[in-house]
Amino acid sequence: MRIEEIMRRRVVTVAAETTIGDALQLLRGNRIRHLPVLAGDKLVGIVSDRDLRDALPSSLLAHDDDSEVLKKSVSAIMKREVITAHPLDFIQDAAKTIYDYKVGSLPVLEGGRLVGIVTESDILNCLVELFGVNRPSSVLEVKVEDRAGTLAEVSGVFREAGVNVCSMVITPTAEPGHKILLFRVQTIDTRPLVAKLREHGFHVVAPTEGGVQS
Amino acid sequence: MSRRSRLIYSPDYATYYFHDEHPFNQRRLLLTYDLMQALGLLRKEDVTPPRYATDDEIALVHDRQYLETVRKQGHSKQLLPQSASYGLGTEDVPCFPNMHEASSLIVGGSLQAVDLVMNGEAEHAFNPAGGLHHAFNGRASGFCVYNDCSIAIAYLRKKWNARVLYIDTDAHHGDGVQWAFYDDPNVLTVSIHETGKFLFPGTGEITERGTGQGYGYSVNVPLDAFTEDESFLEVYRDLLPKLIRGFKPDVILTQNGCDAHAYDPLTHLSCSMQIYQQIPRLAHQLAHEWCQGRWIAVGGGGYDIWRVVPRAWTLLWSEMTDQPLSDRPLPAEWLQRWQDKSEEQLPARLFDNLADLPVIPRRKEISEKNRVTLERALMYAPQSEK
Repeated sequence: MRIEEIMRRRVVTVAAETTIGDALQLLRGNRIRHLPVLAGDKLVGIVSDRDLRDALPSSLLAHDDDSEVLKKSVSAIMKREVITAHPLDFIQDAAKTIYDYKVGSLPVLEGGRLVGIVTESDILNCLVELFGVNRPSSVLEVKVEDRAGTLAEVSGVFREAGVNVCSMVITPTAEPGHKILLFRVQTIDTRPLVAKLREHGFHVVAPTEGGVQS
Repeated sequence: MSRRSRLIYSPDYATYYFHDEHPFNQRRLLLTYDLMQALGLLRKEDVTPPRYATDDEIALVHDRQYLETVRKQGHSKQLLPQSASYGLGTEDVPCFPNMHEASSLIVGGSLQAVDLVMNGEAEHAFNPAGGLHHAFNGRASGFCVYNDCSIAIAYLRKKWNARVLYIDTDAHHGDGVQWAFYDDPNVLTVSIHETGKFLFPGTGEITERGTGQGYGYSVNVPLDAFTEDESFLEVYRDLLPKLIRGFKPDVILTQNGCDAHAYDPLTHLSCSMQIYQQIPRLAHQLAHEWCQGRWIAVGGGGYDIWRVVPRAWTLLWSEMTDQPLSDRPLPAEWLQRWQDKSEEQLPARLFDNLADLPVIPRRKEISEKNRVTLERALMYAPQSEK
């Protein structure tokens, strides 16, 4: 999946001269946390809710000139080196960039022009959907040897049983030389499937959270 | 003693029949009815036969095209090309002759129960064939063709403008009913089920709370596998009184799937027969406290058709008719009649000997986790302590 599939295309932006007070209103009004700063159609910086809060006076110690801050322009506090993404970047790359640089969002540039933004919640949402339930289904975990062909062997059993797989994930396991295949299968009764898998010698991991193996 | 309760029943319910190896088997109702009779719990005037639901009634919830496909498929020898896209002809919902008629008799049974209760002819009514809570508006799922629960609720909304409390204690999440009323603040759907981390349908997370106007009006308590009686009942008894005080329904509809039992082959909640006396007991009491007695009960899951279903739903009926049953041997005539047909040794008594059920380690941790789940589940729900 690429960024263009999940980015938000309607981006709220400010100019370098926008005041800190106006910028705060925009954040609150739109319930967002990042404002790209544009000069014409060129991206020149970004301000986050944290940058703005850092600029505000203490809420505990009031001074007469506190409101002066609100009149200053965002160019005084914006970050000028902006980490960006391209619409054709892969989502996993954006996730890694956000994670590595500890930023909350990536403005998306195409030909130098701002075309969208992705935030850490967009990326998380994407993961939630990936692991989530998009159809009524049961989960089966199969522990297999870590070698070529195991996935085909297991899915051959699914075909034999006539059961549709809605999603699957491969995860490593603590046991060396093995991996876990996690399937979402579209059936309420997994018994025939489990029996067939065991017949073929596969190790099906049961819902053992309660401490007993079924 | 209020014996103004009706059992909606006909042996024709068994025409909802997929095939001999299929786990969902309405022949369990014949066993149940027979056990009720053997225990002397049924008078002739207690039983009302179901009617067929009309197309318009089914269409309160289901797409007309889906309905037409079900009807055509039930009259066709071949699998129709469009059936697969409606979830028909799968391992879970294989096609069978007269699928539409058999399914609409089940729906009609639940509507019959609604009519009797809402017209005041009965205080309570039980349709053991109902409870097909997985069906979606345009798709069969999880052994269910038409969703009689959703249709009954839509019917209650339309005809009586009633506020409906739906309580689903089937081991599987009541997904079809939840999604049908996800944005409706006049229908509070409550589902207590085994977590969907492994079990079908996978949904029923605490965070599924409804949407828009209906936010807060879907409540889900996903229990850990191997929950057992004590923790199940603790959650149930804590949850319901709070919700009903907050929601103030006009009528209660309970889905009484009995697949949380330790013998059930599909699930892992490991409960005993005890909960199937206690679950309807509280529902019954709350119906009298809050809804002038208006309580409609339907069946649901239950895949140990010999050892679990007959006893569980007999207990429900005994509670509904104020004929409480203590533990006792099952009637000899019933055992004689059915033992030969069963592959399992039929239970000798009405309740389980807990020593016969598997011992579960980590009971304390599981109960603790369920308590935390309950607390989070209640966070945005309509509720009141007083």
